[in-house]
Parts: sequence; C-alpha cells; structure tokens
Amino acid sequence: MPIQVLMPALSPTMEKGNLAKWLKKEGEQIKSGDVIAEIETDKATMEVEATDEGTLGKILIPEGTTDVAVNTPIATILADGESAADLAKAPAPAKPAAEAPPAAAKAEAPQPKSAAPQAVAEPDPEVPAGTEMVTQTIREALRDAMAEEMRRDADVFVMGEEVAEYQGAYKVTQGLLQEFGARRVIDTPITEHGFAGIGVGAAMAGLKPIVEFMTFNFAMQAMDQIINSAAKTLYMSGGQMGCSIVFRGPNGAAARVAAQHSQDYSSWYSHIPGLKVVAPYSAADAKGLLKAAIRDPNPVIFLENEVLYGHTGEVPKLDDYVIPIGKARIVRSGSHVTIISWSNGMTYALKAADELAKDGIEAEVIDLRTLRPMDTETIVNSVKKTGRAVTVEEGWAQSGVGAEIAARIMEHAFDYLDAPVTRVSGKDVPMPYAANLEKLALPSAAEVVEAAKAVCYR
Amino acid sequence: MAAPKKAAASAPQDKTNGGSPPEFTKEQELKALRDMLLIRRFEEKAGQLYGMGAIGGFCHLYIGQEAVVVGMQMALKEGDQVITGYRDHGHMLATGMEANGVMAELTGRRGGYSKGKGGSMHMFSVEKKFYGGHGIVGAQVSLGAGLAFANHYRGNDNVAVTYFGDGAANQGQVYESFNMAELWKLPVIFVIENNRYAMGTAVSRASAQQDFSKRGLSFNIPGHQVDGMDVRAVKAAADEAVAWCRAGKGPVILEMQTYRYRGHSMSDPAKYRTREEVEKVRHDQDPIEQVRNRLLAAKVSEQDLKAIDAEVRDIVNASADFAQHDPEPDASELWTDVYR
Repeated sequence: MPIQVLMPALSPTMEKGNLAKWLKKEGEQIKSGDVIAEIETDKATMEVEATDEGTLGKILIPEGTTDVAVNTPIATILADGESAADLAKAPAPAKPAAEAPPAAAKAEAPQPKSAAPQAVAEPDPEVPAGTEMVTQTIREALRDAMAEEMRRDADVFVMGEEVAEYQGAYKVTQGLLQEFGARRVIDTPITEHGFAGIGVGAAMAGLKPIVEFMTFNFAMQAMDQIINSAAKTLYMSGGQMGCSIVFRGPNGAAARVAAQHSQDYSSWYSHIPGLKVVAPYSAADAKGLLKAAIRDPNPVIFLENEVLYGHTGEVPKLDDYVIPIGKARIVRSGSHVTIISWSNGMTYALKAADELAKDGIEAEVIDLRTLRPMDTETIVNSVKKTGRAVTVEEGWAQSGVGAEIAARIMEHAFDYLDAPVTRVSGKDVPMPYAANLEKLALPSAAEVVEAAKAVCYR
Repeated sequence: MAAPKKAAASAPQDKTNGGSPPEFTKEQELKALRDMLLIRRFEEKAGQLYGMGAIGGFCHLYIGQEAVVVGMQMALKEGDQVITGYRDHGHMLATGMEANGVMAELTGRRGGYSKGKGGSMHMFSVEKKFYGGHGIVGAQVSLGAGLAFANHYRGNDNVAVTYFGDGAANQGQVYESFNMAELWKLPVIFVIENNRYAMGTAVSRASAQQDFSKRGLSFNIPGHQVDGMDVRAVKAAADEAVAWCRAGKGPVILEMQTYRYRGHSMSDPAKYRTREEVEKVRHDQDPIEQVRNRLLAAKVSEQDLKAIDAEVRDIVNASADFAQHDPEPDASELWTDVYR
C-alpha cells in the first residue's frame, strides 16, 4: 500500500507550517534520507527528509500552500512494484490535524486557535480613534519594537544565544542582523551568567542592551547579575549609577518540554525592588510595552510566552506606539466577578469569560500587563464594582502573583468583598512530560469557570 | 586532604621585565609614595573607626596591597574605567575619589558617595569612572568585561581595568568572561590581586593552578606575573597591558603577587597564617618603604617626606572628622533611588 508522508511537527509548539518547496517531482525515485521538501515554520525553514524508499507517487499539497496543519498528508510514496493506480488505496488525505494522535495532545495544550484578544470591550486609551490596524504575530510585533528602537537610538543593541545568524531561536530577532549588522546584533556563547553580566556592565557604562534569554529557565544561571548587579546598583550608588537594560525571552510552560523547561518566573522577578516586570498577552501590548521597556532607564524583565509567539492580533499602525509600563487593561467589562491574569493566563481567563456569559455571569477580565509596578488601582476599582475576584496564573500558588493580588484586594477592598478571593494556578508539582499530566498541571478555562462560579455562589 | 601549605613568604619575582623594573623619575616616586600613603593612612583610620563602632558591617582593608592599584592607575588615562570587588577603598582613592566621601560612606552618612546606602563594599563614582565596589565575589569580572564591551562598541580606545582576587579567580563567570573578552577582543585588563588568601583559605588549598597568569591560557589570553609589592613593576606591566588593549588586541591578565597585612575583614581571627609570615613580608617587601628608601637614597630629605606624611594625615583626619559629624541620611532617603 502506498505510504503517506505527513506534515511533520518540527518544534514542540508547532501547529502548522507552509509548504515552501518540493525538491522532488512526482515519479522521481526517493531513497531514505533524501530531502524531498522544504517547510517554513514560524521559527525557521526546515528540510523534510524521506524515511521510506520508493517513487514519489502524488504530491497532495502543492508548494506554496500556507498553514498546513501538522500531520496532514502531503504526499504519497509508492513502494517497489506499486503504480499510480495503487494511489487510490491510500487513506483519504486532508485529515484535520487536530484529530491525528500526536497533534491531538497539542490541541489539548493551552493554545487558543483564535487570535489575541478579540473580545475587547474597552477601547484602548493609547490608540487614537480611527487608527489603522495591522494584523501581526506577537513574534513580529516584538521584532518590530526592537527594530524601531534600534533605529531610534544607536546605544540599543541585542545580545544572546542565536539572536543573529540563526535569526533567533524562536525567530523573534529575525532580520535584525541584516538591518543592523553584527556590531549591534550579537551572538553569544552559551554562557548566561557571563553575558548577563557583560550586558549589565555595558548598561552601567551607558549603553542600552536587550539581553535575550533563549528561555527564562536559563536565566536562573544569570540570576545573581540580574538581582544583585542590575536591580540594586541604583540604590546602592545613591542614585548615581543605574542600569537601563531589558532582559527578555519566553517564560512559562511551552508544550511537552517537562519541568526544567516549563516554569513561570513571574513571581520570582516581581519580588524584587529595582526591577520592572512586564508580561504582555496581546500583540499590540507586546510591541508597545517592549518599546517602553527599551526606553526605560531601569532594568526591565520582559516575560514573553512561547505558546503565544505565533498568535496574531491587531497592532496600531502608528509611528511610535509606546504603552506606559505599570498600567493594567480591562479587556472585557463585566459586573459579576473580576478575573485577573496576564500573559498566557489570559487565554484561560478570556475563554472562561465566554463560558460564564453563557450562564449569565458577566466577568470583568483584567490583563495586568505589568507585574511590577502592579496597577493596584485598576484591580481594586473593579473589585469594588464586582465584589468578587479570581486570579489566574500558570505559576505555582505559594508566594505567587495571585497571592500578592489577593493580599492587595484584602488591604484595599476588604469591605467590598462578597466572597474570598480565589486563585487558579499551576499545580504544586514540577511540570510533567506526559501530555495528560501536563494538561492537569496547568490551569484550565474550566477551572477558572469553576472558581468564578464558586465566588458567585453559583 | 593534604595538610595546608603555608604560602612561602619569599619575594615574588617580577617576570615581565626580567627582574628589574624601569626606574621611576623622582616625581613618579613622590606621587607613588603620596598615593600609597594616603591609602594606608586612610585604611588605618578606617580600622580605628571600625573599632570604635563608627563603621558597621564588613570592612575589608587594603593595607599591604597599595602598590597594585597605585601602579595600575599611573598607566591609565582619562576615560579608562576601574571596577573591583569588596576590598575597594584603595581603588576609590587611587581613582581620585574624595577621602571625605569614601569615609562618610563607611560611617553611613549622607555625604557618602552612595548617600549612606551602599557602605564599604558598594561605592561608585561615574565622574571618576569608578564602577564599584561589588559585594558578590566574581560578579565584577563580567561587569568589567561589559565596561570594556561599551568601549569597544563606541569605538574609543579606553580600557576597563577589572580587579579581582585569587579567591574570585575560581568563580565560573570569570571564565565565561575570559572567553567572551578574547572572542570579541574587548579592551579589558584582568588584574588578579593574589594576596595569597581567599578569606582564610591559602591559594595552595583552593587553586589547582596557582600560577594565575596562566588562567587565561585556554582562551589565548596573555598573562604575566608581576611583583605587586613594587609599584615600578606594576606600572611597567600596566603600561604594556594598556598598550596591548588600546591597540585592539583584546584582554590581558596581570597576576599581581601581593599581600594583605590585615585580616580578611575586621572580624578575622587570623588563625590561618603566622604572625611571623606577616612580619616578614612587612619587613622585607613593604611597598611604601621600598619607595621611601629609594627616595632617601636619591637624597630627598626626611623633611620633604615628612611633609607628604603630614599632608596625607591631614586629609585622613579631616575625612574621619567629616564622617563622624555628617548627619545620617534623611529618613525619606529610604524610598529614593529604587527607580529613576
């Protein structure tokens, strides 16, 4: 029976890709190991190698097709003795990816198919009415933010592992080397502690580094330089010497990479005076806040999320779209319960709000966007209106950001509460690898719905 | 474990110039004497004030090592940066920072370089290009490479002099920084002040490779051992290193063989070395006595040398007076300088 070649998953979070080019024609002989096609993912262009021998029977997905779901059959290979007539025996192609076994596990992972927040109830105060919007991925928005700031200020440069020639491990720095050259887009050795320290030293000398960590899991190696050198020097020098630097990269759980590569560091950094901590969810916020972070004279921890990189959203087409650090945003208005989250936690929060609306519960959803300084006012004003609050985070509950929010609500709006503040968080275990366990370890929209109903006594 | 070996107290050999460093002019000798004396008298006074309870926390004195920082500084020019660890008072005075501001920081007063918020280990002067004063052993090495990175990025010919001790030389980030400094040809001089003891641990008990000038070998960074008790040898080695860096050839390592007379900090029980060992170095190699003896041999009068002594004592006494009478920071300062 003819063999199907399926669209491969080339990274833990890949859901779809573009079939850029076929390198073999129908009827051509194929040996195991031959490169038969090129596939573009949002991260890179990869070659597809044949694992079977035979003749390329039929190309099912022509080159140039975009957004081909993982596990979609893209071609059939005929074994020796088979002919085109046998093609009919092949299973029906174009099976949706989400139903195929490996991708099914991913579909269960917390990845909204929809673009970044569509359900914006409140107009964005930073954007003038009538502004033209462009649809961008969060990855592109981040790249544009860096490029714009690098054009604006010659002291801004990017350093990190694979940021230049590889074009970014997650393709966030794509094209920067070509535009700005190797002097300002600098590949480092794998040496987080050392290059974080060099970045901080360069910032102390007045430059404005953007230090990319391939993921924040690896920034643990650099923790001393971030906390002891970057965050504290302004104070220890009596205001004389500061450090304008951005540490950025993906934070939190990706998909199926287990405990050492799946951790949310939101609460770690938000603990430290001297640091600012930003964690955007939408593409527009990713751009506007990264530009603000680069201009900020203080050290800023900019927490991105790998799962969100490929998600698209509307970004205002403005010459200089900068969002002030430290302001939360009410993404959806409601009067029954306040749901507070940030970064990928917003995925669960918004989905839950949709579900709750079906049951007549109108949730007000706040995207914190910045964790330090925290916009207590927006939270408290909302809770005064709703009397109930649920926090949603991927990190652990103990000493988490949700715990901090709950404390602030208690301090500032105790008399307005009609129910205890409830936390939805990552489970108190290291992240497991198995797909079902990973799903259980992360928060879910269902848990948010349950918590919201509980505080509404429903 | 083998019994710890006491470091031999023989005179370190200068290997950069075949043993005999170039002579100083009389002016250079006088400047070196004055600058080293200022550090010594300042540190003695700081020790005294610590004993009186006027200085709190940790206080690490530089006495015995003065020739290192004074000789290095004589080779630098405007715009060159200096960064070091926690034994930093000498470095600050050598870069031209005011004794008053340093001493007032030690006593935690508002006139201190950090308004009293940093203390002994955390002082800075952007004006004098002194970048600290860092309390985490080894952290200043990556930061110093970062200062050099900024020079390289800006295309100027300034160098970043990055001091650390034999103890810090075993930290991992030192080698991460060596690698990148050579890879990117950063203009940084790594000055390893080998005073033979990392706190109470002799070099022989902590270091597999005790020749610190070789610590950059696997990165192709040239290194030299220097008699850090002879200010002329330090200056000569510094001149070569500075020229190397300014020419864009990348980093250099200078191992300064030196000795601290006092304890690691003020609360050092001194059980790890003998009193005789300290006395012998003091007697045979003292960096200040070496210069004084050469000046006397060159017929500079006792009178002239006493005038230098007096000038230095006046500065130090005035700083002690200032540091004890300057008010503590205003309570409102608690909340300032967290962000700018």
